[in-house]
Amino acid sequence: MKNFNYIQPKSLKEASDILKKKPHEAMLYAGGTDALGLMKQDIIKPEEVVNLKSVPGLNYISYTNGKGLRIGALTELAEIAENPVISEKYPILRHAALAVASPQLRNLGTIAGNLCQRPRCWYYREEFNCLRKGGDMCYAFDGQNKYHCVIGGGPCFIVHPSDLAVVLLALDAKLTVFGDRKTRTVQLKDFFVSPGDDYQHENNLKAGEIITEIQIPELPQDAKSAFVKFRERGVWDFAVVSVGAVIRKEGSKVISGKLAFGGVAPIPWMDESLNAKLPGVALSEEPVAQLVSEILKKAEPLSKNAYKVPLVRNLTKRLLLEL
Amino acid sequence: MSKDSKKGGISRRKFLQGVGSGIIGSYVLTPGIAKAAEALKKNSEKLILSVPLTLKVNGKQAHLLVEPRTTLAEVLREKLGLTGTKVACNNGECGGCTVLLDKKAVYSCHILALDAEGKEVTTIEGIMKGENLHPIQQAFIDHDGLQCGFCTPGQVMAAEALLLKNPKPTRQDVLEGMSGNVCRCAAYPNIIESVLAAAEKAGSETAELK
Repeated sequence: MKNFNYIQPKSLKEASDILKKKPHEAMLYAGGTDALGLMKQDIIKPEEVVNLKSVPGLNYISYTNGKGLRIGALTELAEIAENPVISEKYPILRHAALAVASPQLRNLGTIAGNLCQRPRCWYYREEFNCLRKGGDMCYAFDGQNKYHCVIGGGPCFIVHPSDLAVVLLALDAKLTVFGDRKTRTVQLKDFFVSPGDDYQHENNLKAGEIITEIQIPELPQDAKSAFVKFRERGVWDFAVVSVGAVIRKEGSKVISGKLAFGGVAPIPWMDESLNAKLPGVALSEEPVAQLVSEILKKAEPLSKNAYKVPLVRNLTKRLLLEL
Repeated sequence: MSKDSKKGGISRRKFLQGVGSGIIGSYVLTPGIAKAAEALKKNSEKLILSVPLTLKVNGKQAHLLVEPRTTLAEVLREKLGLTGTKVACNNGECGGCTVLLDKKAVYSCHILALDAEGKEVTTIEGIMKGENLHPIQQAFIDHDGLQCGFCTPGQVMAAEALLLKNPKPTRQDVLEGMSGNVCRCAAYPNIIESVLAAAEKAGSETAELK
């Protein structure tokens, strides 16, 4: 690992100014669980590491009845998993937070850091000068692509590794972003960037911008939610695929809802036209089977990952029938 | 030469030589020095210095000077000699380096030492009471919770963090709580038994006290 200056800013403005002044040399650092791995592998070699943890007031969970939940960017995943209000009002969020990595990493990893993780693609993480690292080809396309994307790929074929992003998409979350001495609000579904638009970044944060808060709207009383993460080990593994569902139903019929998927695309995946088909679907074998056959209809699997399509469909079917 | 002058005393002759060359030098070498100063100024922004760090480890304070890239595990093992903390993967994956930071388990190989400042670090060396083993250590012996033993300090520290938070864990809680620690001998069944037994023993001792 290359040495660096560890900068301890006292305010968001101070942190943002350093990042903006040195967009290529400076890197924002929160829990560090992903960043430190990238630095140890020399995938990133920042000269200035800006410790966001030295800025006070970014670690909180605050719920207001009728308004919803606000989570500070530096809130650790363990705190989200253990928070009683989240367990009661947003059990899907607790479930996703608990599914991330191991207890040791959940004690350090933060919610905003989880959303800003870099891809796990083994060509990106190892010594291949791939597109995302400034090279001129994607090694996964003709290579070992079992864990790569089946939709939305090209010219790079990563999947986004965040579990929380999947449930936060289904929960219709928003982010507050600080930069240029002001804040902006961005819908989470507009936050992530496809490689077709920019194959070196996974989100649309500009130099000097910092996520400060995640906002989750109040869920209707009758809302049901569930999350499933399929992984090859029972614990401590990234998702092969994952599904998050937030549904309102009347009797056995869906009134409205959102489905979101992880492990299938370079961004946490939500298909508006699929979600538009949810209202009116009866939650029984036949209609649900019909609905899930519409999932990833435009998928273009690579040579070794076509299994992901039926896997996602069957997991979604199980999830919906158990709601 | 006398012992004293070797130690750092400067002889009168050397002193005068130094002064002389300094005076001449200031005429001849000024442009070179100015250039060097300029280059130094340019580079100074990239100059990375070690920084002071005060760590509280096992109740004792340590004052250190570390490079920012130093991990907590490196400080514990190499600067403080606390080699009970093991580093195997050095990538935050195996759990051998588990220590407590403010009573929470963390991978000490995967956190900057500077991030531990102001927090309480507890290592395997810090959980014994004098010569007496910690109840979790005793449970690992009693229930054969190890084979080669390399992962054991990390396993014990992960168990300690789990039981501090959840003194009466179910088997499932233990599976979850210990999931960040790998054992290549696969002593897992006995590790789980050891943790459950330590919890049970602590529970019955608390009940006796009441």
